Amino acid sequence: MTASTAEQTSASGSKGSEPPVPEGAITVTVKIRRFNTEFDDEPRWDSFEIPALPSDRVLNLLHYVKWYLDGTLTFRRSCAHGICGSDAMRINGVNRLACKVLLKDLLSAGGKPTTITIEPIKGLPVHKDLLVDMEPFFEAFRAVQPYLINYSPEPTRERLQSAADRERFDDTTKCILCACCTTSCPVYWSDGSYFGPAAIVNAHRFIFDSRDEGAEERLDILSDKEGVWRCRTTFNCTDACPRGIQVTKAIQEVKRALLFKRV
Amino acid sequence: MSNALGLAKPRAPRRPAARRSNFELYSWLFMRISGMALVVLVLGHLFIMNVLDGGVHRINFGFVAGRWASPFWQMWDLSMLWLAQIHGGNGLRTVINDYARKDATRFWLKILLYVSMVLIISLGTFVIFTFDPNITD
Ligand code: SF4
Ligand code: SF4
Ligand code: FES
Repeated sequence: MTASTAEQTSASGSKGSEPPVPEGAITVTVKIRRFNTEFDDEPRWDSFEIPALPSDRVLNLLHYVKWYLDGTLTFRRSCAHGICGSDAMRINGVNRLACKVLLKDLLSAGGKPTTITIEPIKGLPVHKDLLVDMEPFFEAFRAVQPYLINYSPEPTRERLQSAADRERFDDTTKCILCACCTTSCPVYWSDGSYFGPAAIVNAHRFIFDSRDEGAEERLDILSDKEGVWRCRTTFNCTDACPRGIQVTKAIQEVKRALLFKRV
Repeated sequence: MSNALGLAKPRAPRRPAARRSNFELYSWLFMRISGMALVVLVLGHLFIMNVLDGGVHRINFGFVAGRWASPFWQMWDLSMLWLAQIHGGNGLRTVINDYARKDATRFWLKILLYVSMVLIISLGTFVIFTFDPNITD
């Protein structure tokens, strides 16, 4: 249990008595897409009325549901601080990390009642409620060989690199593998074997690293049928990335490297 | 083995072994280049046919016959035909790849597309090259 949410903490998964409503709280409706794949044939929508502060995050609302209203709600989260990338979900129709969205940014204008819809990310099989099977996503990630490849003899000191060389792939080192981008990609929705933006971002991170010698290999993999050429440049991925990575730009850089056979 | 995996994980892509083919690269590049060429060819065509002296009202058999007497306009129309067909066909191929859910649907839609492309390209090419201005009816 993380310290920041300690004020509402009960044992995870069990239903406690509701805590006192803090001063300045507003009641919002949270509509969650529920699906228990073991018992239900169809997903359904559940609504909860939750008192919350504008400074609360969507993750706090989910905790409130799970801890005080319905302990069967299932979702992933770990760090609660936008680091681990485990709580990607579709909030009001866009992919976000629940721990990075503040309630005040979702409130209806003019004090009208607010409804927040929360769905699992699209394009991956749902296990239960907001919990999806991430394996296809990580399979694509592994397929681009996201590790340093270097065939030269191991140096005795660290491998040095100029600041300019480091800068080339700086943006793509920030990825936390949350899958917000890949599951916002319309190509990925209809074709699960497309590598998806996240895998390309992580390939980019090594392709443009001057210390790495596996660029050709990875470029070959990404030039294939399910590779970068499937990208339609719709920028959904860039809009979705909670780390602000210029995902589509990274994909275009990979395309350019393929086109001119030069990294 | 791969089948059992597929059942347990419906979307786990059966990622085919990399074929190391650059077909998609060339098709992507072709779309950009043909697109630029078509802007000139098609806009030029529309301008000549619809705006330039008298526009559409002066078009008749004689006008077409006169134009196709020159190899330049033959080539213009020929490249417009081929580029537009292949550019459009490749675009539709992509759309089919993106939207067809079942492999069988995808296959038959593509067959339909390729057959129609071949038909239109060959018919058009045939007409451009065998056009007889002295035809009488
Ligand atoms: S820019 Fe490309 S990878 Fe990103 S969402 Fe669009 S199609 Fe997908
Ligand atoms: S690129 Fe951004 S959205 Fe995609 S997995 Fe990485 S951090 Fe998440
Ligand atoms: S819980 Fe770790 S990123 Fe949101």
